[in-house]
Amino acid sequence: MSGAARFTPGARVRVRDDWPERRGPCHIRTPHYIRGRTGTVVRPLGAFANPEDLAFARPAPARTLYHVLFEQGPIWHEGRPGDTVMVEVFEHWLEPAEGGA
Amino acid sequence: MPDETRIPATHDIGGLARFRCTPVEHDEAPPDAFGKRVDALRQVLAQKKLMTVDELRRGIESIPEEEYFALGYYERWLRSIAALMVEKGHVDAEALK
Amino acid sequence: MAAPPRPESLALLDRLVAALEAKGIVTEAEIAERQANTDKASPETGARMVARAWTDPAYRALLLSDGAAAAEAMGVSMAGAPPLGVLENTPTRHHLVVCTLCSCYPRAVLGYPPGWYKSFAYRARAVREPRAVLAEWGLMLPDSVEVRVVDSTADYRWMVLPMRPAGTEGWDEARLASIVTRDALVGVAVPKAG
Repeated sequence: MSGAARFTPGARVRVRDDWPERRGPCHIRTPHYIRGRTGTVVRPLGAFANPEDLAFARPAPARTLYHVLFEQGPIWHEGRPGDTVMVEVFEHWLEPAEGGA
Repeated sequence: MPDETRIPATHDIGGLARFRCTPVEHDEAPPDAFGKRVDALRQVLAQKKLMTVDELRRGIESIPEEEYFALGYYERWLRSIAALMVEKGHVDAEALK
Repeated sequence: MAAPPRPESLALLDRLVAALEAKGIVTEAEIAERQANTDKASPETGARMVARAWTDPAYRALLLSDGAAAAEAMGVSMAGAPPLGVLENTPTRHHLVVCTLCSCYPRAVLGYPPGWYKSFAYRARAVREPRAVLAEWGLMLPDSVEVRVVDSTADYRWMVLPMRPAGTEGWDEARLASIVTRDALVGVAVPKAG
């Protein structure tokens, strides 16, 4: 899982619309409000041991972490157009987004 | 239109409407003696590889919702650290009662 | 203000430390040493880094590309600390740092997070209505400025490099550092000349 980053700066990505907290004990670092949302990769931040495993003292493979940028408007349906939120998201939460902006 | 498959976990509070009208208080105070001691204890245990910050967070996140919002910041930490030390067999649950 | 810890929490801490000591796992001296070390970190470090970046282009480049190396260059040990990222404010972009999931904060260069940073209100609101939160604290940003909220969710810690205010021409590093507040390094304020 470590090694080359799958996504490059500028890539459009969709955050998986997954809710593991509804299936049982877990620890995830992907906030609820970006699940299912499409954003843009700002840059890869390096590879880090997966916190989802570290939280349970399991062997934790390194996963690539990205800074991903989202428009505020579609998330909250309020605010000034053009305002954004930038979130650290692990690669296994991301999939390529079809279409572009 | 409630969707029970999309309810965030207790700690995942970004944008949560219940705090919409709560002003952000200018609370500048550094941690009190209790907080600093809990903070330092966590660091010592992490240095000794007895717990990770990820485990600390998992423990905090498993605190029931009403207690999560009622306890102080470092009280939540302490709950988590104590539970982890029992879970890992470093201390007996009886010794904490 | 934060409520004091309840008596049962104070008792639990005493019992936990005593149990760990009895098992030879920790000592009071180790806890005291860690605390003394943690107490030394303060926003003055972040302020000095910003002041140097304002006056030294090479340091500015280092700060923006590798915050931890820039901190080490100021004599701060980053051993064991998470990587530090620094985000540059511009005339058209303002960064505001929050951690909606817990309280991630660049402690190595800013010290303990203040109470408000850890509060439910800040964690919940900063990410959704940043302009309202900033306005309540007296910072009105024009519509021409993009507010970029930075939700500190994972392995990095983030600090803001604010813009150097007008009226500080010719100031030395120490004087510049004196106007860089902790709030400006989080993004809830901007430095002012005086």
